[in-house]
Amino acid sequence: MTRLILALCFSILALPTFAQTRLTVTEGTIEPIPIAIPTFIAENVAAQGLADEIRAVVAADLSGSGLFREIPRESHISQVTGFEAPVQFQDWKIVNATALVTATVSLSEGGNLVVKFRLFDIAAQQAMGNGLQFVAPQGTWRRVAHKVADSIYSRLTGEGPYFDSRVVFISEEGPKDARRKRLAVMDYDGANVRYLTGADDIVLAPRFSPNAKEVIYTSYETGQPRVFVMNIDSGQKREVTELPNMTFAPRFAPDGRSIVLSQTNGVNTDLFRIDLATTGVTQLTESAAIETAPSFSPDGSQIVFESDRGGGQQLYVMPATGGEATRISFGEQGRYGTPVWSPRGDKIAFTKILNGEFYIGVMDIDGQNERLLTRSFLDEGPTWSPNGRVIMFFRETAGVNGAPNLYTVDLTGLNLRKVPTPFFASDPAWSGVLE
Amino acid sequence: MKYKSIAAALVALAIAGCDTVPGGGAGGAPLGAGDASNPDTLAYFQQTIGDRVLFPVDQSTLTPEAQATLDLQAAWLLDRPSINVLVEGHADEQGTREYNLALGARRAASVQAYLVSKGLTDNRVRTITYGKERPLEVCSTESCWAKNRRAVTVVEGGFGS
Repeated sequence: MTRLILALCFSILALPTFAQTRLTVTEGTIEPIPIAIPTFIAENVAAQGLADEIRAVVAADLSGSGLFREIPRESHISQVTGFEAPVQFQDWKIVNATALVTATVSLSEGGNLVVKFRLFDIAAQQAMGNGLQFVAPQGTWRRVAHKVADSIYSRLTGEGPYFDSRVVFISEEGPKDARRKRLAVMDYDGANVRYLTGADDIVLAPRFSPNAKEVIYTSYETGQPRVFVMNIDSGQKREVTELPNMTFAPRFAPDGRSIVLSQTNGVNTDLFRIDLATTGVTQLTESAAIETAPSFSPDGSQIVFESDRGGGQQLYVMPATGGEATRISFGEQGRYGTPVWSPRGDKIAFTKILNGEFYIGVMDIDGQNERLLTRSFLDEGPTWSPNGRVIMFFRETAGVNGAPNLYTVDLTGLNLRKVPTPFFASDPAWSGVLE
Repeated sequence: MKYKSIAAALVALAIAGCDTVPGGGAGGAPLGAGDASNPDTLAYFQQTIGDRVLFPVDQSTLTPEAQATLDLQAAWLLDRPSINVLVEGHADEQGTREYNLALGARRAASVQAYLVSKGLTDNRVRTITYGKERPLEVCSTESCWAKNRRAVTVVEGGFGS
């Protein structure tokens, strides 16, 4: 198993005792950071229920990452009675807490939610970083909870945040031979599901725009597969191209100004780039083969895609303006598809099909260091968390009642978790961290 | 002549039924109406000739059996110049979604090219791909997958006129 050492990053605070601590992943186990998250203090009566709900979301985010273990509240010795009260470090040390979160929640008369929190290093007996305060409309309390959890996660792991993010996906209902599909959006953890289309027409493989305000996807509503872009808030949608043939597999460029998609006349499926302002079209590939499933590098300069120009489905990288493509997948057997460039720019996640089984894997952008993270009858369609640390995908079970659900897995291949959705779900695409 | 008008009525019924197939014409399932021994029925085209051809795994080339079926389809369609068809290309579940869309398109295009090579004009044969979105059989073994790797020739309109 791959060895991964996630260094805890406290360089700003220079805490020598604590800086020795490492979160270490070896031989298939993570040793998560033990963290105490005592009851959040409600500063007024109106905030009491909300304080508990926010605490629960913060705890679920941190535990769900697989990098933290919450110390059960029943075992706490100290109670946090006030935000300014001195922390009894010895009491937290006895219950083996490495870190402690304290927080207060209040609701203003205007309906604003105010959450303050502090993070403490128990071994060093001091605060880690400044306390933070979030003020937001009450209705956005889940986002505030995710922001708090993101701050804690980033301070303790050195990784970028990812909890305050959304996922667009396809909700699926009905029998396998008459699936009804709807475009849907939700928080990364499955909360706040909203449906963006009815179930009348097949919809497939959505992606967010870079600012997460629009979704681009394929729909059969005109009678053939065509690419649409929809504003999530208004629900307004339009076709993005007048290319004459079937179009699918659309992706936004990182600057949001253009998209790349596949057009097929059947004989040949090629990648095209469409300038959204001018609707100008550039053909990027010309080989008499299937070229689809494009994904931009984060700087927008390159595109990874799949092609069967070499005889089987494999991964290639080319300049984002088209031109010479370099093959990067060289598994001796098996097919590679659905490549997705990581937000950090250093990895590509993919679906691999080998001997009748499906895998989600990652490789370097030159194809080196392939690692397979999951395996099942049908695992497909990886998408990266905003910090490049977690991969979400869908797993479809076999047989007459076979159906898809969403899962997440850590980049190490550990911490496989099902993402709760009201119905079956497929084709997830993760947003960046929300603004 | 009386017999013929009844047949035409049955055909009209069959076409009307076609419009109400759940999933919007994805399956091309036999409609049941019409006499499959009478060449002037949709049932004859669908069942006696066969409205679909099957493909090996990840392939879009036409097998000899598929070509034999398409020869009959082409002859039937050449006799009925007012009829247009939509060829639906499908894939089994053992591939990724977007690749399978392209593969289904390739299969439909193979059938289209073959029918055109037999004398049908281009504008009578449209194609669409459903990828792995509309399986006909739902088990996850080769017996089902083999039936799902298909291109179905769907009679579009003008039939019986």
